[in-house]
Amino acid sequence: MSNQPEASVGRRRVLKSLALGAAGLSLTGLTACQDSESDSAAAVSLVTTLGQSTYPFEVPPLPYAPDALQPAIDAETMRLHHGAHHQGYTDKLNAALADASDLHDVPLRDLLADLEQVPTSIREAVRNNGGGYYNHALFWPSMRAEPEGPSQALTAVLREAFGGVDAFKEQFTAAALDVFGSGWAWLARAPNGALRIVQTPNQDTPLAQGLLPVLGIDVWEHAYYLNYQNRRAAYVEAWWDVVNWQQVEANLPSEQR
Amino acid sequence: MAFTLPDLPYDHDALEPYVDARTMQIHHGKHHQGYTNKLNNAIEGTKWERMPAEDILSHIDEVPNDIRTAVRNNGGGYVNHKLFWTVMSPDGGGAPSGALAEAIEDTFGSFDAFKETFSSTAGSQFGSGWGWLVVDDDGNLHVYSTPNQDSPYMKGHTPILGVDVWEHAYYLHYQNKRGDYLSNWWNVVNWDQVAANYAEATS
Ligand SMILES: [Fe+2]
Ligand SMILES: [Fe+2]
Repeated sequence: MSNQPEASVGRRRVLKSLALGAAGLSLTGLTACQDSESDSAAAVSLVTTLGQSTYPFEVPPLPYAPDALQPAIDAETMRLHHGAHHQGYTDKLNAALADASDLHDVPLRDLLADLEQVPTSIREAVRNNGGGYYNHALFWPSMRAEPEGPSQALTAVLREAFGGVDAFKEQFTAAALDVFGSGWAWLARAPNGALRIVQTPNQDTPLAQGLLPVLGIDVWEHAYYLNYQNRRAAYVEAWWDVVNWQQVEANLPSEQR
Repeated sequence: MAFTLPDLPYDHDALEPYVDARTMQIHHGKHHQGYTNKLNNAIEGTKWERMPAEDILSHIDEVPNDIRTAVRNNGGGYVNHKLFWTVMSPDGGGAPSGALAEAIEDTFGSFDAFKETFSSTAGSQFGSGWGWLVVDDDGNLHVYSTPNQDSPYMKGHTPILGVDVWEHAYYLHYQNKRGDYLSNWWNVVNWDQVAANYAEATS
């Protein structure tokens, strides 16, 4: 049974995940979790919990109904995206790893951060489908219906890193529109704590660049084509309306919030 | 001299039910038009304006650094889609005959074996890209795929048949079922055009 990344994980489980030791993350995160307002308390760092998960992997349930993000994201897209695409990556990842028993206890974060440890015969499958599993598992809880705006603390973090929330959104949007072909744009954290906006092609993850993802947007055409067709810019603009800023904040290490 | 979007050689709904009219409208009128405009913007005022787009791609290494990625992506998009419309037809499907049929049998064992190789190659291109049947310098046939809008011309090969496996090529009708799109697509392949492309590439 793998660790299920969920938006609302019990506190005991948080403790367990954190105690297992996520690289570079501080245990004081628990305190921050307990002390913050109700919404942020419910949101735990998915980057931590998801990164700890191991084979066999399971698609996490959507933390809301498929139509919850309308009109930004239509229900049919959500159903296919979660039920067919994410499920497909998960099934293929499990199939690729089935016979590699020495990798069954390796946390997903370590697999994706160091693909060299994966035998070449399945490396490409693990890279693509492991990335697809991981990226989408981060993606669903990073959205919600009628989200609150960024907290004062997160606003301060984004101001320091990018000049402000609007400046951050502008730079992130530009990165998302500039991905040619299939891929993702990310807000990611470097080991020295610096926040950066990066792109990854296909299902590559920021982990493979030594970065921890904080927020990502899927710009594969399947993420928006039914509703927006070629108008990726309209999709990205509408997506900001459903960004779950509390989850973004929770994905940052506690010392940075 | 700017590149222009070539007309579709048939109506938008001509490839129904295998490729739907709405997909054709957006694919040709928005995506291909977009590549065309961006290619023109990238090379405006440079010597590359006076060269066929295929030739630009075969000399992609000589294109200046500051516009190379834009030319590679949008020049590729321009040329790939230009070929794509012509290798489909409402009167398509079936099998090739003549010299092309012989070359396919010699290279792949049989026409069915070729189709299987081509479909699985295109089907397993991860992310956006194309599946190709190309002719190399020595006149030999090869099947491979390229990511995004990379063109066989960039390797010095001449594409004679290509299938677009970007999600925009099939998502409205087939959603995540790329395999269904690919198996249906054979019903609209214009083998007369592919044979003509082969003859020209080997002449
Ligand atoms: Fe996706
Ligand atoms: Fe296309």
